Amino acid sequence: MISSLTAEKLACVRGERRLFEGLSFSLRAGQALAVEGANGAGKTSLLRMVAGFLAPVSGTIRLTDGGKDIGDAEERGKFAGWLGHQDALKGPLTVAEQLLFFARLYKSPLRPAAQGTSPASAGEENIDTALEQVGLTRQRDLPCRYLSAGQRRRLALARLIVSARPLWLLDEPFAALDAAGKGLIARLMIEHCGGGGMVLAATHEPLGLSNQSIRL
Amino acid sequence: MSPFSTLLARDLRLSVREGGGAALALGFFALVASLIPLGIGPDLKLLARVAGGILWVAAVLAALLSLDRLFQGDYEDGSLDIIALSPLPLELGAAAKIAAHWLSTGLPLTLLSPLLGVMFGLPGAAIQTLFLSLLIGTPAVSAVGAIGASLTLSLRRGGLILPILILPLLSPAVIFGAGSVATALDGLSSGALGLLAAFSLAATLLSPFVAAAGLRLHLN
Repeated sequence: MISSLTAEKLACVRGERRLFEGLSFSLRAGQALAVEGANGAGKTSLLRMVAGFLAPVSGTIRLTDGGKDIGDAEERGKFAGWLGHQDALKGPLTVAEQLLFFARLYKSPLRPAAQGTSPASAGEENIDTALEQVGLTRQRDLPCRYLSAGQRRRLALARLIVSARPLWLLDEPFAALDAAGKGLIARLMIEHCGGGGMVLAATHEPLGLSNQSIRL
Repeated sequence: MSPFSTLLARDLRLSVREGGGAALALGFFALVASLIPLGIGPDLKLLARVAGGILWVAAVLAALLSLDRLFQGDYEDGSLDIIALSPLPLELGAAAKIAAHWLSTGLPLTLLSPLLGVMFGLPGAAIQTLFLSLLIGTPAVSAVGAIGASLTLSLRRGGLILPILILPLLSPAVIFGAGSVATALDGLSSGALGLLAAFSLAATLLSPFVAAAGLRLHLN
């Protein structure tokens, strides 16, 4: 169980252009933070830094587990649930196969954010529950290539549920979703935070929950 | 299922469903191996003499066909991020993908090779050596290829640069592989298979680390 995420004086340079510097924020278990900013302000870069993909030019990111630091960037990534621009789906696999792949790949010793709230503790029996939650039960055996953009997004959300990671990193979570889908994300985020998880979301729209926000 | 076998099974399933895996490599291998006798002529003695080299080169080229896509698909659709964040270390992830590539190309090529050996008029002992050398050596092709594939990941025409990067690195495999067939043809024994095994072992053990480092370059 992780208890806090702290970023201090982060600076980001992409292609010799300084996107942001001196960025600090902190997030405790159960809190959500919206990262706002114009296109190209560095929202995705910030999320990739937190996930450990991208090293900050200066500054530090610390993830703590009850006061104890969690090692390096790669170690930090093992606590992150990632929802990027891309949905990471393979056309030839069916919806159920794809989700089962994610669940088995993420079968991890890490504990899920909370028992009960993240309904799937990275187990296979929870595939159907997760699919039902995101409203894809009827598409269960459909190859992913036939899904619409919104449905692909919903399947990516199901992945987030089954991977049962405490720190959610969401990049434009509302993209391609209809009104019901947006409500679904807001509900999932509230549940996730209620269970002691954390959410860091790059967005242009209000998240629909009581969250802090920073602007790049 | 462990995360490792999960990734391996997914890649095998994808290679079957997407096509372009085993069937394409096998078809290419068989066609190249059949075209060359047409070019050289029906001199069986000459064909038997060159068989080892030709089949080895054809096998390497056939395995190359699908190598450029080894990591590229996962990179383009975002799966690589998901795999990188999974409990599976990226080194093991690369190893799973290398294993899947070998199972879907190197192994079928090896199984087909005795048939092509007969076509080239190789005697039994040489066919046996050909089969063994491919069985031992093709994992090195997938492994060394994975290094090149991880480096050319983000290049749109990476498939063209890949052979130039890795074919020189594979020359030991071709030398020892084809050499072992040639010495078997002369009824001699040589250490070529042992050297091939050493090369293959080193390549297979080291390449997941190098490939993982290449993949990390592309994560940021």
